[in-house]
Amino acid sequence: MNDFFRLESLVMQFGGLTAVNDFSISIEPGELVGLIGPNGAGKTTVFNMITGFLTPTSGRVLWQGEDITGLPVHQITARGIARTFQNIRLFTDMTVLENVMVSFHHKIRSRFWKAMLGMPSHGREEQRIREEAYGFLQELNLAHLADEKAGSLAYGQQRRLEIARALATYPKLLLLDEPAAGMNPQETMELAGLVREIRKRHGLTIFLIEHDMKFVMGLCERIKVLDYGISIAEGTPEEIQTNPDVIKAYLGEPKHA
Amino acid sequence: MTTTIFFQQLTNGISLGSLYALVAIGYTMVYGILRLINFAHGDLLMVAAYTAIYAVTMFTLPWYLSFPLAIALTGCIGILLDRVAYKPLRDAPRISLLISAIGASFLLENLALVIIGGVPKGFPRPDIFAKVIEILGVRIQVLTIYIPLMTLVFLMALLYIVYRTKVGKAMRAASKDIETTRLMGINVDRIIALTFLMGSSLAAAGGIMWAMKYPQVNPFMGVIPGLKAFIAAVLGGIGNIIGAVVGGFALGLGEILLVAFFPQLAQYRDAFAFVILILVLLFRPTGIMGEPITDKT
Amino acid sequence: MTWKGKDMDTSKRNLYCNLAALCLLALVLYLFDRHGTEYQIRILNNMAVFITLAVSYNLVNGMCGLLHLGPNAFITIGAYTSALLTMSPMEKQMSFIIEPLIWPFSVLQAPFFVSLIAGGVMATIFAFLISFPVFRVRGDYLAIVTLGFGEVIRVLCNALQGVTNGPLGLKGLQPYTNLWWSWGVAVFTVLVITKLVNSSFGRAMKAIREDEIAAKAMGVDPFRHLLLAFLVSAFFSGVAGGLMAHLITTISPTLFTFFLTFNLLIIIVVGGLGSTTGAVIGAALFAWGGEALRVVESPMDLGVFTIPGIPGMRMVLFSVILMVVILFARRGIMGRNEFSWDWLFSKLGLNAK
Repeated sequence: MNDFFRLESLVMQFGGLTAVNDFSISIEPGELVGLIGPNGAGKTTVFNMITGFLTPTSGRVLWQGEDITGLPVHQITARGIARTFQNIRLFTDMTVLENVMVSFHHKIRSRFWKAMLGMPSHGREEQRIREEAYGFLQELNLAHLADEKAGSLAYGQQRRLEIARALATYPKLLLLDEPAAGMNPQETMELAGLVREIRKRHGLTIFLIEHDMKFVMGLCERIKVLDYGISIAEGTPEEIQTNPDVIKAYLGEPKHA
Repeated sequence: MTTTIFFQQLTNGISLGSLYALVAIGYTMVYGILRLINFAHGDLLMVAAYTAIYAVTMFTLPWYLSFPLAIALTGCIGILLDRVAYKPLRDAPRISLLISAIGASFLLENLALVIIGGVPKGFPRPDIFAKVIEILGVRIQVLTIYIPLMTLVFLMALLYIVYRTKVGKAMRAASKDIETTRLMGINVDRIIALTFLMGSSLAAAGGIMWAMKYPQVNPFMGVIPGLKAFIAAVLGGIGNIIGAVVGGFALGLGEILLVAFFPQLAQYRDAFAFVILILVLLFRPTGIMGEPITDKT
Repeated sequence: MTWKGKDMDTSKRNLYCNLAALCLLALVLYLFDRHGTEYQIRILNNMAVFITLAVSYNLVNGMCGLLHLGPNAFITIGAYTSALLTMSPMEKQMSFIIEPLIWPFSVLQAPFFVSLIAGGVMATIFAFLISFPVFRVRGDYLAIVTLGFGEVIRVLCNALQGVTNGPLGLKGLQPYTNLWWSWGVAVFTVLVITKLVNSSFGRAMKAIREDEIAAKAMGVDPFRHLLLAFLVSAFFSGVAGGLMAHLITTISPTLFTFFLTFNLLIIIVVGGLGSTTGAVIGAALFAWGGEALRVVESPMDLGVFTIPGIPGMRMVLFSVILMVVILFARRGIMGRNEFSWDWLFSKLGLNAK
């Protein structure tokens, strides 16, 4: 038991369907935890409950000693939990730099009328945001694209921009929803390196969903397996790879990748 | 208020409610498939009323020919409306589609204004609808009774098509998930055209009966009934045909009875529907019979 | 432009260019004020009022991506509030023949400037009251609720004779609105809204427009920012309503129907939804074109015979223009681009670097 991040028997029902049943996990600061499971197992639903997009039917989300269950999404983000989306959701008609700058907005100190009247204090804050946002672009190797429209980026670049945007909210816990989806093996390998790097540099705790077993097994320290909304196993990559329940859930393909 | 007046108002409310219901069905059907408020739908009332007037006065057709003709013609105009104003925008942002609908509505109204002029025309009401009969001491215009009866007939026909035929099955499928329906090999464009045809025909029937009830036809006559019928559709839960009918009756009765019980509120009558709308959206955004919408991420 | 923002030289240059443009505008207005015909002055006044209206309307529809169909309500509220404040208690007593005007309007009188601000504030208050049902929904529902609000205000204008004098309206207002007032407000509105749109707040609004779910996940509170846009827009619509009232000098409920909203919608769609520059261009074209097209509605004397005027023809043309733009050139004139000096100078090949 710790006070950092804990999910307590989360249940999510849609009408008669139980998407997630009695899901609990506790994550220590600095951990890198993976959440795997077949399609439709309810993994994204877990993320949606953590980030406030869904209010669990029952159960609690505890974050740094506070019960944040059912808080509005933006307030959860402001408390230091950020996420990326499985199906990329960028602000496509805004520039790459603007995409990242949006993430700074929740911390802005200027009032709106200062912005409207063009007060110098607001101008300075804008300038600071611009520079810090650019820093995140440099970190994710996107700086040369700062003024491009986000929608015009290549697929891999869009994935990285999603991560940059989430990092710019200055989270303590980062949720990555299938960050390697649609990437080739080379890109996936680079991504694994990137995830390790940002974790070290920003002192992050990371909870990620991924289908690519090689990616998950190589990266995560602890893995949780979900099948039909029920948690069937939890352990180190080695334990998971040899767990008979997991093997059954993946149709007898233990060495999937 | 005496019982007699109450019954008179009640029948009035029912017939107004049937008219709202007829128009609301068209809104709800189109919304179900395209997720679009067809702003021009109300103007089809006007189109049908003018067509009927010209069929009777200019071509001296008897009413039992001119009315069905007007309904058929308006149905075709509904299809045309979709082809011209909505079909090119199937993949466009929703806001464009809605703006196109508003443009189409203004175009229809002002074309009528240019071609026919703004002076209201009387509607040639056939004598058989003008008779007044007495039931249990209450004097009622037969039209007030025919309107709900006709509505019932149209509604039965519609429900038969939607729930008992193959085409209806395709329509219901399209309103659940248009892409999957397309993948099933169903010609979705034909289904959409058919939806417009049916919705517009019902609006046309509503328009003709409206013009018989309130025999002043002008280019803007469809605006207010159209808006109110849309509200009726929202009230009943948009996309739900029975809901639209229930909403239509609720709104028609509500309006008439409000004025009957509180005559001093008569001048606020046109605002009543919108106040109801705001209340519904505040407390039950999915309408009376609608299913809750789940937020997809 | 690099990420570091413009260097000092360019930003100084832009400042001078802005000042020069303002001086030029002032000179033009001065010349028209002195030598222009009544017709030209009317068009210029209309242009300024429509620029104010379109730019503030575009803040909600273009920047936030909502389809708000009730600006006419806020214009009405601003117009009535402002008119009731500039009329003298005497005039009001004489105008309100059916029902006397309610206190405190019956005794209050305020200078024109104060009345404009009051109009804006009143519109903002109403916008705030309606915002809770409005922002519970999106898309088509939001459109119909705001449209309904416009209708409710129109009905109230006719019914609440003790406030609005009912269908008779208010007559004989002082023609306070001149070129300086109308353009002063227009320039102020454009500057302030541009600042807002280019700030962090504007970025949050655009993010909501692009993807509300992602915006929330990045910590943006949609309700607060949509509300901000809605209220700012209502404020300037209200002020413009006050200008309109003292330009036409007679107001009645028929002046502020959905037609007005429709016109604004055409302006911002033709100009390019989401571009302040586009809204300005659209408004200017509309004010000028609207007058020029009066020809088609007035009788035409061809010497031998006269073609009678066709009422409604202008609206037919406007509707066709709207539909053609939305069907075939959805981005309008400007798309989502804005005019900037940098753009102009680079076009002219004058950029040093």
